[in-house]
Amino acid sequence: MNFLALIGRTFLHFLQATGQFIWFLGTTLCHTFRRPWYWGQIGKQVIDIGYYSLPVVGLTALFTGMVLALQSHSGFSRFDAESAIPTVVVLSITRELGPVMAGLMVAGRIGAAIAAELGTMRVTEQIDALTTLSTNPYKYLIAPRLLAATFMMPVLVLISDIIGVFGGFLVSVYRLEFNASNYLHQTWEYLEFTDVTSGLWKAATFGAIVAMMGCYNGFNSKGGAQGVGAATTNAVVSASILILISNYLLTGSLFATK
Amino acid sequence: MPQSKAATPKMELKDVAKSFGDKHVLRGVTLSVAPQESMVVIGGSGTGKSVLLKSILSILKPEEGSIKIDGEETVGLRGARRDEHLAKFGMLFQGSALFDSLTVWQNVAFKLIQAQHMPRKQAKEKAIETLASVGLATDVGELYPAELSGGMQKRVALARAIVSSPEIVFFDEPTTGLDPIMADVINELIVKCVKERGITALSITHDMASARKIADRIAMLHEGQIIWEGHHSEIDSSGNAYVDQFIHGRAEGPIKMQVRHL
Ligand SMILES: Nc1ncnc2c1ncn2[C@@H]1O[C@H](COP(=O)(O)OP(=O)(O)OP(=O)(O)O)[C@@H](O)[C@H]1O
Ligand SMILES: [Mg+2]
Repeated sequence: MNFLALIGRTFLHFLQATGQFIWFLGTTLCHTFRRPWYWGQIGKQVIDIGYYSLPVVGLTALFTGMVLALQSHSGFSRFDAESAIPTVVVLSITRELGPVMAGLMVAGRIGAAIAAELGTMRVTEQIDALTTLSTNPYKYLIAPRLLAATFMMPVLVLISDIIGVFGGFLVSVYRLEFNASNYLHQTWEYLEFTDVTSGLWKAATFGAIVAMMGCYNGFNSKGGAQGVGAATTNAVVSASILILISNYLLTGSLFATK
Repeated sequence: MPQSKAATPKMELKDVAKSFGDKHVLRGVTLSVAPQESMVVIGGSGTGKSVLLKSILSILKPEEGSIKIDGEETVGLRGARRDEHLAKFGMLFQGSALFDSLTVWQNVAFKLIQAQHMPRKQAKEKAIETLASVGLATDVGELYPAELSGGMQKRVALARAIVSSPEIVFFDEPTTGLDPIMADVINELIVKCVKERGITALSITHDMASARKIADRIAMLHEGQIIWEGHHSEIDSSGNAYVDQFIHGRAEGPIKMQVRHL
């Protein structure tokens, strides 16, 4: 009996939260595409999300590419297929690991920062203060973050694709004794344009997910420092899970047609 | 209940009710403020004074009642109409609510720059000028709110509330946390705003000296309702036991504090 009630309550709670989030998303989109745009805020977020995430995302990509070369080498050498390593590295990076690893790292870095900042602003009434200063918080706080994350993630991922491939190249040439120009040639040989673009579409989606989860949890946080902490945790966890789920769904729809 | 003389009150609240869950904070507040009048609301801690201000600003949504500003109903306003309504107000938050990512002068000039599109240089001059009127030197303008004392933050918040010359300003405990001399400077500033700029002020305070000084009229909020309202000179002869207890700060009286004696 009690158990059923618990399930029921959890389900209702889930429905309510979903509805609330959809309302939030709708309001955000309405305000994102309508004037005024706060260009100063957008620029600030672009720098914060795009530029300052480069080191951590780049480092992740570098080591992912490196380990990918090592692992595929130990696998492929068992049936003399080492020549496939460059292709495996570049396809895995551009289609999967580039966007997903960058998405997860950005969820930790940016999602948490957004939730903590907006959460603190909420509990110290700064968001209320914004409205009394004739400034819409959706336009001033949320839209810039959503825009910056959505547009900067593909840029970040494009750069991290290059770094990741370079990581695989380094390991292959200096450790696995590949011929450098052969390796590069092999990398290009089977790479298609859509391999890269599909990864960039994913990146944009992940960027939007991270920004929305950070904003939603921060904007609706309550109850002081503890509430802000909970909002931050929720933002990172929910963004990470949604990234993994949407990655599967996107892979299904972007690649399945072929 | 005494009514103000003016034809259309600037603010007119009728039976405003607001609860949080089963906690009924406002239980039918009726209050009217005439144009260019300074109204002070007094009342015990936690009686819903701040909630009242936020309800008028439509930051909180009252469940019942009507709130008219310039004769226009504002409960349930949305979109551009709500923005228009909000543009009339300046608000000093009890906790200051300064933007900690912006410097002091940027805080003060926020509305001028972001909403009224005043050139930055001009807005900065005006911000520095207003900061001076609350007793803050020019170099304070370049600091961040976290680098100020509580009383200084309060004064910055006050400057931010009045800098854009709104029609109505809410002061939520403007003198709390200030020394007596600075408190009086702020009182005079509020009086000046009302007299010279013709704003309508609604203030909340626990400081009776301040209330006497800035109020044209005083209203007392108790258990979610306005239980007394009158001219500031009438407060000592209100004949209301609650008001008497409050203004004299007695522990004994009709208002029972929920405390257990040690
Ligand atoms: N967001 C909220 N959620 C739940 N309860 C709230 C909320 N805001 C205020 N309350 C409750 O409403 C009551 C009135 O709060 P309010 O801040 O208006 O008090 P106040 O009269 O301003 O007191 P003080 O003089 O101490 O500032 C309090 O009991 C508080 O617990
Ligand atoms: Mg209060």
